[in-house]
Amino acid sequence: MTAPAIRAEGVRQTFGDVVALDGLDLEVTQGTVFGLLGPNGAGKTTLVRVLATLLRPTGGRATVLGHDVVAEPLAVRRRIGLAGQFAAVDEELTGRENVEMVGRLYRLSAPEARRRAAEVLERLSLTDASDRRVSTYSGGMRRRLDLGASLVGRPPVILLDEPTTGLDPRTRQELWNTVEELRRDGTTVLLTTQYLEEADRLAQRIAVVDHGRIVAEGTAAELKGAVGTEMLSVRVADTARTAEAAAELASLAAGEEPIADAAAGEVRLAVADSSASAEAVRRLDARGLAIAAVELQQPSLDDVFLTLTGRRAEADEETAAEAADARVGEAA
Amino acid sequence: MSAVADRAERSRLTLAETIADSRVMAVRQLRKVMRKPVFIVFAFVQPVMFVLLFRYVFGGAINTGGVDYVNFLMPGIIVQTAVFGALMTGIGLSEDLNAGAIDRFRSLPIARSAVLVGRTAADAVMNVLTLGVMLLVGFAVGFRPDEPVWSIALALLLVLGFSYVFSWISAFIGLAVRDPETAQSAGFIWVFPLTFASSAFVPTESMPGVVQAFADVNPVSLAVDAARALTIGYGDALGPALGTLAWLAGLLVVFVPLAVRAFRRA
Repeated sequence: MTAPAIRAEGVRQTFGDVVALDGLDLEVTQGTVFGLLGPNGAGKTTLVRVLATLLRPTGGRATVLGHDVVAEPLAVRRRIGLAGQFAAVDEELTGRENVEMVGRLYRLSAPEARRRAAEVLERLSLTDASDRRVSTYSGGMRRRLDLGASLVGRPPVILLDEPTTGLDPRTRQELWNTVEELRRDGTTVLLTTQYLEEADRLAQRIAVVDHGRIVAEGTAAELKGAVGTEMLSVRVADTARTAEAAAELASLAAGEEPIADAAAGEVRLAVADSSASAEAVRRLDARGLAIAAVELQQPSLDDVFLTLTGRRAEADEETAAEAADARVGEAA
Repeated sequence: MSAVADRAERSRLTLAETIADSRVMAVRQLRKVMRKPVFIVFAFVQPVMFVLLFRYVFGGAINTGGVDYVNFLMPGIIVQTAVFGALMTGIGLSEDLNAGAIDRFRSLPIARSAVLVGRTAADAVMNVLTLGVMLLVGFAVGFRPDEPVWSIALALLLVLGFSYVFSWISAFIGLAVRDPETAQSAGFIWVFPLTFASSAFVPTESMPGVVQAFADVNPVSLAVDAARALTIGYGDALGPALGTLAWLAGLLVVFVPLAVRAFRRA
């Protein structure tokens, strides 16, 4: 019997009156990537801090590879690597020096730390920049270096707290590739993110966190089944025929019934894939329904939340815009 | 099988490991500072300015009896510089805290004390440098210590020890307030009264009763008095030196655990 890589049982964390984690349960199987999805303030970072032994939980219990974060913090620290939202690298040092230093702190010998640092820098395509000071690095390079520092000790469990927030699409893609490589190497990764697409792409299992609890958990496919892969929005020119259009498109809906907004002439529905948009156009055309606009949207975290919790996520506009940018960039 | 190995895993670090971790942290800090030469220059400008101001602006108006003011001043200003230098420890740690570096270090299998021990040690090395510059500036403006070399060396050691202990106070404040700007202002709040309401710049006899009473027990005064006695033979050395050591021991006992606790909770 192997211990789960991460197990949280009823973990509570309060800061005064604020409840950050409200009896959170979680189990992450060894060698998998687990995505923790939720808006700002959902408790994702707090959970990462508990698992990284930075915060002592107010209640409940958490273990990493069977080691209790409170009772055996040193054993936990030997097994984890942490990369946070901010690149915790030293500006005045070179990339190589940063990674080697962390290697030494994982108790690697000097030659071993040097060798491992070179490997990690190579893997993150930072070899050319490795002897430059970090102050000359771009934001994406810093974030990669930060990830590199967490990998240098080869910990079996990596905690990545919103590793791609604020990154440009290309850098995001590179980080994703690295996470996929880690999984191939058998490393367990707990990844927090605000982006559904990111969790979808990287994680075998995803948990949606809200108000310090897990509100849904499953594979990407299971969660998407709940919201549909994409949202199709069709506006007909003649608003009086909105209901007719909705009926015509009903059989394309992957989840719930289409939502018709007669005033705007709009029909919205979750669809299984993007081919549905062409099919919708064909059907409406065949019925002689003139189309004013067709839009296919990726389900946002908001859609997931709306479906799972029946209310909107408090994700701010900026975040949603960033996610949209990332998608556009990736498609290009 | 792995469970057995896990149980056998050491749950504490050895002293050798603690020292090795502290060394890595000290090297980190020294590298960082050495790569900011402009920062180092500015760090020297302030104490040099103090020397020039007191030597040439205030000095003429301060009555120190039979001893030349520059000789009276230099031990005082050296101690003041050492205390000011200690402020950097707290400011730097709160910067690390904000940059996420402390989080990373706390998530690594290193000794809890290593970050603080390493940082204070690196700051002590910087203080040796500052002390050297102060002595050179002192000589340039007429400071002439006439006690034996071993005695002067003892004075310098005392000042270094003083600065080291104050680094721990500063570390505690920096980690407790968590913000570099606040750490800086909070630092000046205790450092200014402590260094000015002391025997560093003027004889305490010139101060009103209450202030004089404070100045006379102030550890800065004791360290300055000891340094004066050990460098220019002004007054008794043993009493103030023992007083200083007692203060330092007391402050260490209080502030090392406080700083380590603040680090754990950071």
